[in-house]
Order: sequence, then C-alpha cells, then structure tokens
Amino acid sequence: MATVAAVIASTHHPFYLRASTATGDDRPPFADEWVAKIEAFRETLTRARPDVLVMVGSDHFHQLWLDNMPQFLIGKAPFYDANYYNEEREFGLPRMSLRGDEELSAHLLRGGIDEGFDLAFSNELRVDHSITCPIITLRPQADLPIVPVYTNIFAPPMPQPKRFVELGQALRRLVEAWPSDQRVAIIGTGHLSLELGGPRQFGPHGPDPEFDRKAVEWIATADLKSSLAEVSLDSLWQPGNATHGFMDFMLMMGAAGENVRADYVDSLDLFHTMEAYFTWYPEGGEVAGR
Amino acid sequence: MSKYLVDKFLYTIDRDPDLVERYREDPRGTVDWWEAERANLILNLPAAERSSWLEFTDPERDALGTHDYVALFELGAHNFLLLTLFIALFERDYEEPLAFQREFAARLSHWSVPYPDIAT
Repeated sequence: MATVAAVIASTHHPFYLRASTATGDDRPPFADEWVAKIEAFRETLTRARPDVLVMVGSDHFHQLWLDNMPQFLIGKAPFYDANYYNEEREFGLPRMSLRGDEELSAHLLRGGIDEGFDLAFSNELRVDHSITCPIITLRPQADLPIVPVYTNIFAPPMPQPKRFVELGQALRRLVEAWPSDQRVAIIGTGHLSLELGGPRQFGPHGPDPEFDRKAVEWIATADLKSSLAEVSLDSLWQPGNATHGFMDFMLMMGAAGENVRADYVDSLDLFHTMEAYFTWYPEGGEVAGR
Repeated sequence: MSKYLVDKFLYTIDRDPDLVERYREDPRGTVDWWEAERANLILNLPAAERSSWLEFTDPERDALGTHDYVALFELGAHNFLLLTLFIALFERDYEEPLAFQREFAARLSHWSVPYPDIAT
C-alpha cells in the first residue's frame, strides 16, 4: 500500500514569488526572513522523499463559477495547466504546467464517493494559485505529479467545517489504502484570519491576531475538538471576511489525525495576514527527527 | 436584487484584459453594453442557449456604472471579485504599494461585522 510520507498544511500567499525575487529598492524589508522560513519549510517536504502530491486548495472564481459550483472536487487529468491572467496581473505568477496522477485521482474519487462524499470531478482543470503557491514554496522544480482537490471556501452556501475534517480523514485513509508503492504527500493550504474586499483588509497584521494565535495552536496539535467547538460557518465571518479558508486547515487537521502534534511548526507575522507552516510525518522515526 | 448578475459582471470583466480597460475608460457604456449583450450568456453554453431573464436593478446598474465599490459592497457583491477587479482598475493610479487597497478599506470603515450578505 502507499505510504503517507508527509501531511503538510500552510497558508498560501500569492505575493511570495514577487517578494522573494525582488531586488534593490523593490525588495520588501521582510523578504529575507520570509525566504529563510520558506526554505526551511521546503526542506520538510524534501526530507519526506515524496513521489506524488495530493494538493488541497480552492479555486478563486477562475474555472468554477456560480452557475455550477461544486463543494468538493477532485481533478482527474494527465496534466493541469496553471495560473490565470488575473494572477499574472496582480501577483506576477507565471503560467505553469503540472503533471497529474490519474490512477490516484481515480482511486480517491471512487473511494471518496463510496465513503459518502458525492465528489465532483474534472477531466480538464486549470488550477490556480491555491495549488501553485505551495508548489512554488515547497517544490519549485514542479517535478512531481499531483492530484488537485478543490474545496468551496468561497461561495455560500459552503459545507460545514465538520465536513472538511471528515474529508481530510477520508483522504488519509484512502491514500493509505491505495495499492501502490508510492510515497504520497498530502499538502493543503488555507488561511488564518483574512480580510479581502472589506474594511479590515491590508492592515499591519492579520485582522484578528487572537484568532490566529488560537488557530495556530489548534493546528499544531490537530485539536479537532476545540476547533470544531469554536468554529462555525457563521463564526468565521468575525475574524475576517475571507477566513473561511481556515476550513482547508481543518481538512488538513483531519488528514494529520486528531490530536497528533505537528513535527514542524513555524509562523510569520506579515502585513495583512499571518503565515503559518505545519508538517506531520506519519511514519515517525528518522524523517521526523524523533 | 440580482447579486448573482453583479458578480457575473465583475467575474467576466476581470478575466478579460480588454474588458478591464474598456470598463476603466467607459464604465457606464461598458455596463450598458454588457447588460444588453452578455448578461444572459450562460458561460459554457453556445450563445443561442442563452438565458432570458437576467437584468440589473437600478441601484446595481448605477453602482457599476460609476465604479462605486462602496455601494457594490453594500449591495452584497462578492468581496473577492470586487477587490480583484478594482485593484486591476485603479491600483496603477497610486504611487505607494497597497495605497489603493488601504483607501478601499478606509472608505468601508463605517462597516463592522456583520457585513452585507454575499450569498447568491
């Protein structure tokens, strides 16, 4: 059976590429520290020696639109072209192309549907920065096949937080049951408190540092009980109007396993949002440094 | 209220570089043209299989036709679509990085949670 080589959860920040490559007067003062943190985080994936990446993210109104909006969708295609004109325009993200792993896609779709998730699928999916940001930070050579998993954290009505957790748990079980000798990393990105298109956007730090502090602790300890008790679809509007992206972190907590402490935790207080980075090594042992 | 159609306008303008420029230069004319020609197109269907019923309300048409993002926020336009398109329209007019985004926030500072409902 396949091995879950790593479970990795992080924020995705579309400005990382531009900040990290800027020089001279254009280089922001926080760029060097950010790059150092990202390179250390990247090493946590490299050490896991993955063969294939399950990538959990969310389409930002690119290919998926309100006339036909899936709640959870898995891509099944041999290739995924990536990034869009408006991401090139706003963030300077390059056009990319990623290979797909159709066999793992088919396994996750069949198994997920049989476990009670009526998953949508796509045979021609252009992925966006929710998938390419973690490729750029964690695997910039973009050499591994992926399976994209999209969640709706954007367009109400959304699934309940509990459902994200359950999908994460199912993905973990299904990867472990995949008849293959591949090493699979499950990588998902979301947000801590975040405001976009509202009065609290682009402040000196995230809109709700208290939420961020609690959220980092929940994630680092995969504390499903506390996070599920405090987080609801209604409550997530309070820390910031784009904070429903935290549900992708909840999915990853489900994939990591309840109350399993992350082997690697780091964060960075940036302008307008807190960045946070987590890695679990389900195999333990040497790769985890324990 | 036709929040869905306002979002559809923001979405379809935002992903087309020519339409972004057209809307920047001639907001009222672009909104009128779009409502007449594009509002009822279903995005993955041939033009003949169009819808028959979509139109803006007067306040929506006015808000779009005057680039009034405060009014659009208050009408329940999706915050992400609104921000992304308006950055494309106006960020270039500001010298400091993020200056437009901060002005956008300041002009909404009379709002606190709960914000207008964005559900469509």
